Amino acid sequence: MSAEGPLGGSGIDTDVRPLTPVLTKRWLSPRSWTIQTYEQLEGYTALRKALRAHPDQLIQLCKDSGLRGRGGAGFPTGMKWGFIPQGDGKPHYLVINADEGEPGTCKDIPLMMADPHSLVEGVVITSYAIRANFAAIYVRGEALHCVRRMQAAVNEAYAAGYLGKNILGSGFDLDVVVHAGAGAYICGEETALLDSLEGLRGQPRLKPPFPATSGLYEAPTVVNNVETIASVPFIVNGGADWFRTMGSERSPGPKIFSLSGHVTNPGQYEAPMGSTLRELLELAGGMKDGIPLKFWTPGGSSTPLFTAEHLDVPLDFEGAAEAGSMLGTTALQLFNETVSVPWAVMKWTEFYKHESCGKCTPCREGTYWLAQILQRMVRGEGTPQDIDTLLDICDNVLGRSFCALGDGAVSPITSGIKYFKDEFLALCRENTGRSNSGESTVDDSGKHVLAGAH
Amino acid sequence: MTIAPEKGSGEVAVPEGHVRLTIDGLDVVAPKGELLIRTAERLGIVVPRFCDHPLLDPAGACRQCLVEVEMGGRPMPKPQASCTMTVADGMVVRTQHTSPVADKAQQGVMELLLINHPLDCPICDKGGECPLQNQALAHGRSDSRFTETKRTFPKPIPVSTQVLLDRERCVLCQRCTRFSSQIAGDHNFLDLLERGADQQVGTASTADISGAGEDRNQSYFSGNTIQICPVGALTSAAYRFRSRPFDLVSTPSVCEHCASGCAQRTDWRRGKVMRRLAGEDHEVNEEWNCDKGRFAFRYATAADRFQRPMIRDADTGELRESSWTEALRRAAEGLLKARDGAGVGVLAGGRLTVEDAYAYSKFARVALHTNDIDFRVRPHSEEELDFLSSSVVGTSPAGGGVTYADLQKAPAVLCVAFEPDEESPIVFLRLRKAARTGKTKVFHLGQWTTPAVDKSWGTLLPCPPGSEPTAIEGLFFSSETAPAFTALSGNGSVILVGERAAEVPGLLSSVLRLAGRTQARVAWIPRRAGERGALDAGALPTLLPGGRLVVDAAARAEIEQAWGLDAGVLPATPGRDTSGILSATAAGELAGLVVGGVDPYDLPDPELGLRALAASFVVSLELRPSAVTEHADVVLPIAPAVEKSGSYLNWEGRRRTFGTTLDGTGALSDCRVLDTLAVEMDADLFTQTPAAAMADFDRLGPPQSSALRPDPPVLPAPPAPAAADGEVLLATWRHLLDNGSLQDDEPNLAGTARPAMARLSAATAERFGVTEGHPVTVWTERGSVTVRAEFADLPDDVVWLPGNSGFSSVRRHLGVGHGASVSLRAGGGNS
Repeated sequence: MSAEGPLGGSGIDTDVRPLTPVLTKRWLSPRSWTIQTYEQLEGYTALRKALRAHPDQLIQLCKDSGLRGRGGAGFPTGMKWGFIPQGDGKPHYLVINADEGEPGTCKDIPLMMADPHSLVEGVVITSYAIRANFAAIYVRGEALHCVRRMQAAVNEAYAAGYLGKNILGSGFDLDVVVHAGAGAYICGEETALLDSLEGLRGQPRLKPPFPATSGLYEAPTVVNNVETIASVPFIVNGGADWFRTMGSERSPGPKIFSLSGHVTNPGQYEAPMGSTLRELLELAGGMKDGIPLKFWTPGGSSTPLFTAEHLDVPLDFEGAAEAGSMLGTTALQLFNETVSVPWAVMKWTEFYKHESCGKCTPCREGTYWLAQILQRMVRGEGTPQDIDTLLDICDNVLGRSFCALGDGAVSPITSGIKYFKDEFLALCRENTGRSNSGESTVDDSGKHVLAGAH
Repeated sequence: MTIAPEKGSGEVAVPEGHVRLTIDGLDVVAPKGELLIRTAERLGIVVPRFCDHPLLDPAGACRQCLVEVEMGGRPMPKPQASCTMTVADGMVVRTQHTSPVADKAQQGVMELLLINHPLDCPICDKGGECPLQNQALAHGRSDSRFTETKRTFPKPIPVSTQVLLDRERCVLCQRCTRFSSQIAGDHNFLDLLERGADQQVGTASTADISGAGEDRNQSYFSGNTIQICPVGALTSAAYRFRSRPFDLVSTPSVCEHCASGCAQRTDWRRGKVMRRLAGEDHEVNEEWNCDKGRFAFRYATAADRFQRPMIRDADTGELRESSWTEALRRAAEGLLKARDGAGVGVLAGGRLTVEDAYAYSKFARVALHTNDIDFRVRPHSEEELDFLSSSVVGTSPAGGGVTYADLQKAPAVLCVAFEPDEESPIVFLRLRKAARTGKTKVFHLGQWTTPAVDKSWGTLLPCPPGSEPTAIEGLFFSSETAPAFTALSGNGSVILVGERAAEVPGLLSSVLRLAGRTQARVAWIPRRAGERGALDAGALPTLLPGGRLVVDAAARAEIEQAWGLDAGVLPATPGRDTSGILSATAAGELAGLVVGGVDPYDLPDPELGLRALAASFVVSLELRPSAVTEHADVVLPIAPAVEKSGSYLNWEGRRRTFGTTLDGTGALSDCRVLDTLAVEMDADLFTQTPAAAMADFDRLGPPQSSALRPDPPVLPAPPAPAAADGEVLLATWRHLLDNGSLQDDEPNLAGTARPAMARLSAATAERFGVTEGHPVTVWTERGSVTVRAEFADLPDDVVWLPGNSGFSSVRRHLGVGHGASVSLRAGGGNS
């Protein structure tokens, strides 16, 4: 695991706005995952405070803090909690989406590995707020080590009286189950996750009804991301105003940025919302080997690509959207000039083809078709017409699919062609030359022909 | 639906619970909650679709029905699936007709649906009636840009013996899987497997799961999945490659198998039925039917069917072909001789149309001068006769009788001696729908948790066989069953009682007493399609047509007048019932029998039946050779349902009229044959055609209000039967798919029958040393049945056997029925 927070980075520049680490502050402590370490470092103090408050006060606090969901969509968390009908006589559930599967995203698993109790504490506080007596943590099945660590933390919390009956004498009961998924990207979609949790096929549900009124077992349910809920104890202890000192007006708070790819020190960097890639790159020691940045994803592969032009885009929900992409999961995958964009786009598309759940036509058939065209183009057998076909298929998938998987699947293709159409055309020219003369020709521009990365 | 008048001429008020919206520029008022695709349909705007089906929950899977939607003046950012979005006030909807975005979206989805679809339309059963073909032509591109590699699958794979699956053709609309899980409750019949472009429909046995093993989850309703498949992915093993839809003539018909009364569509070509489909009748079968109704029709074209009359040759003792003239003369002579001697009895059978049953009823009275007539060729009782003539005859939806719709509205339904999925599958579907979509509680008085109990979210009220009356009388007094009593006391509750109730003395009396206490209504659901009609036609020893009592002099006079008979001609004393007729015949007290469609092994005592047949002059009106025709002196061939017109009364008392599907085959309906036979005997029935017979019957009208009505049966609940020492009590009823002769020559259908198993509790098994999955033998002094044992939650010291499945033909081999004491031992063979 790479857990290099700001403390771990080298050469912190004075240009970078100073941030006292919040979410990652315990990550480098010895045996940070144990309840002893956690309790020594303010652990479970927020819970004691929260249990003295009225649940509605906690929902209001969350609303006041401006906390927005860290799973990608950025929905205001307090508002989501407020949607749960109270006094309806039905059981309420909290479900933690820890099915971190978005390509490039690697923030939740490190968080659960380094500081699982911050999630457990957040779960208890949130459950108390929404009046749920059962919570499930749905962990990506491949991350077995993480499942074990979460389970151990939950066991510790039970033993210490933070879970179970009459928590800390408050009269509040909560049971938490750590559930391992079976390795399907679609189960990160909240309704597919709920179906999977119920033992059904993981495919997205029709909305409405939304989980807030009919979620797990048709009962009101809050589904939140790991990082969102791990932020809650800090908000309870620090208050809404403190939380708002970080980040921007509409996207407040700290955020874990995951830098990967051609960067000198890949890893997790906690910084305020609205930080730019330029700032983050400085924290991470710059591009690897000094080879210039060519393109990058701001929030995983489902968010449209950025290029070196976008180094100063403020990475918050509004900034990323204004620049034509999305903040997503702040999974910044950095690619230098040795990487072929069509090749990278092909690999991503193969991923979406593999992970499409199959429920709706556009995503199921579209990704199947797109992957084959891209594979052919990368083989050098494409034509300029294929580029038009790709864009048209993308147009027929985007906004036509059942859930957002289809939308995400076409993002790399449309944005790749938008910024790097020449590279796609170059692959076709090569093909045109070959098919015309019957032998391979040298690109007349003399440009370096790009192959796969590395 | 209201289409608002043009603007300026004043707005139509929107009724309560409705909203006003615009579709393609047309103002429309629609009920809240209606799906856009449905509202558009009512305006005549057809939005293409695959996954949408009005009787299934919305899925939104195929994305073919995308339309543009504007709410509150703001266009929604994405086109919306009109099959999942409900109407809202002020909504502006633009379909493919007015929105380039919707049109492009639909064309795009269509192209995507076709990239992996094989181009085998020329050999596909669906070709010519294929929604994909039709909609691709209407809404698709003329060419494909797809030049890559198609996804292929081995094809076809059997999902059962009668349904074949071609996964390449499948567009994954999930209609079949949703039908199986939502409508039929066969959760394991079909489901989705794998994901992405590899997603496919399959079963536990087609899934790539190690150790999944053979799938025993067969469905009684699987044919519906073939019918609702919008492509040729699911095909019928029996129909595959037999014909093209455009070569077929489609004739509306009514199913002849059970008392559900399903509307059907019979597709035929060159005088031969190629397939049958469920017809649409939302009052009755909605759009479904069962596999028996769909697939079991080849009995009518069996090679051994009687084409000509047959008479028994005096020299050889064998049946030989004869002319109609000779056969009718021989029959008339024999019957006249017998009538004028000891007398003649009539066993009409339970599979007649109302018209034919009426002809039997009239033939008995007018030509044979007797009331010795009964349609009940199964276990029956005097108590049942009282029940039918006091509480069932004459009821109909128009007269306030229980209907399918009433089941759906009922707060509670109690099934007594009635296994809905086995005995009236469409009633089962309606009960399941009631339980799934409403708040109907379903209770089953029976012996074990059967599939029908499970699938109707039902509550089993368990009792040993024969103790049903005791259980009903005690319903209120046991804390376990009192909730059932309370639920049944809810306004609109219904008690459904099957024909098997006649096997248990006192049960029908108890049912009526319970109905009196709870105010629940009672409906009687026989197994065979013709029983209810035969009851109303008076094919019973105590009843004349229209429920008139034989002992009612005024009613007799009414009939005599209508039939143009001399006053006092009609026999005034009640006749013998089936058992009485058979005993009398065997004892020489009757000399002749006129027998309709009767299988002697259905009789309460098959041995007595065979003795009676052997001892008398027998005229058999039959389709195919049977144990009756083996003893018949004259066999008069009659038409199967498909070659005649007529009507059935279903269990509701609803008349289900059908025309002749295959015309001009020369086959005659029973009423015509009886009419001619009567003429030979110097009597006029006026039933030359079904239409004439029905007109004659209808002219009678309902009985006078002063007509006598019999008292309902009031037998006390008898003491619960006890098994003899070392024996067990037998519980039994029939599976839907079994050895019944109307299912002959249908191997594909037979493959989906539930296997013949003896069911007993683990404790009973232990007592008798029976191992699950191993043979167990049930025997009486008459004979034995050996089948494999399966454990179920039966009361101890009870064994359940299917009535007529595989080697288990209970009446034939054991000579006893439900509630009898039988012997049991582990293993097979004779003791």
